[in-house]
Amino acid sequence: MIRRPGRLALVAVLLAAGGLLVTSALRDTLTYYRTPSEVLTDPDAGRDRVRLGGEVVPGSLRRDGELVVFRLADAGHQVTVRQRGVPPETFREGEDAVVEGRLGVDGVFDADQVVVRHGNEYRPSSPAHPESPDAR
Amino acid sequence: MRTTTVDLTADTARGAAARRTTAWTAGGLAVAAGLTGGLLAPTDATQGQAQRLMYLHVPAAWVAYLAFAAVLAASTAYLIRGDLRWDRLARACAEIGVALTAVAIGTGAYWGHLVWGTWWAWDSRLVSTALLLLAYTGYLALRRALAERTGAADGGDRRVARPAAVAGVAGFLLVPVVHFSVIWWRSLHQQATILAPERPPIDPRMALALLLAVAAASAGALLVLAHRMLRLERRLGGPTVPPAPRTRTGRRTPARVR
Repeated sequence: MIRRPGRLALVAVLLAAGGLLVTSALRDTLTYYRTPSEVLTDPDAGRDRVRLGGEVVPGSLRRDGELVVFRLADAGHQVTVRQRGVPPETFREGEDAVVEGRLGVDGVFDADQVVVRHGNEYRPSSPAHPESPDAR
Repeated sequence: MRTTTVDLTADTARGAAARRTTAWTAGGLAVAAGLTGGLLAPTDATQGQAQRLMYLHVPAAWVAYLAFAAVLAASTAYLIRGDLRWDRLARACAEIGVALTAVAIGTGAYWGHLVWGTWWAWDSRLVSTALLLLAYTGYLALRRALAERTGAADGGDRRVARPAAVAGVAGFLLVPVVHFSVIWWRSLHQQATILAPERPPIDPRMALALLLAVAAASAGALLVLAHRMLRLERRLGGPTVPPAPRTRTGRRTPARVR
């Protein structure tokens, strides 16, 4: 058994280390993604791997072999994204998405991961266009 | 203590009847929620069938909040009144809250897999919920560790109850962080719908299914709490806790002489 002052110091050190670990881990987490305007105006963009989020611009989505190319827009700014790999089934134009990757020198964002970000509104799918074959 | 709690945890025929009534209520609500959520509620326009996971995920998360609020209330009551029954109530509520938080994370991961395209993201809501689970698991571990170190019973001794009550009050600080994480920080997780100040549109049938599911989960949690409290009272609740050996069935039957 460690004596009381030693124990207190140990607890303080452990707490400080834990706090440091948590805050450093949370720094990138607190803001899950960056907007197109933040990425475009950041001079250091392209150096680090970042997450970029925005609305998939309707009409911008096309498939180019293994690549899926689309534009993400937010508040009037747009970034073209070159995504390697298949996006999830719920990915579609007009919905929000977050991609992970790096801004290239050509101004195109090279992503290798894409997740769909949906809103908090829930509406029935219209019977004329059922979203899934087993829709009730 | 509230009369309902006394009735539900009472080790009497009336208490047992109250618990049976709660069980039937919870069962009926669960069937109604299942039918409404599974059949009556329409398929979501953007998320498809996966949205139905909401009827499990949201009740688990809300009732977990409720359980942790009960830990806060019971811990405060113990610190003021010093009655070990409050300490046992805090323990039982924390156990329920931890289980429900785990259910919320599990169903949320599966929902995320189906709709977001990922099981886990380092998102503020997900990380803070994981911290919440860790905090209350730590609370239960602290109780156990204190009980083992002092050789006292967990839920039947002040040397365990007092530090646990302080931890039980402090732990609740994380609950608002979890709830408002999606507003304070930019996140992947969607914001609240029902608990939002200006409610975004939700189909009334979906809202009904959700409210029935929350009611069923609350009644179910109350039932589990009643049975857990009954067991803890039988094991630890004697007028004074004597160190002498007791029978397994507790204070209801006198010790048999061999």
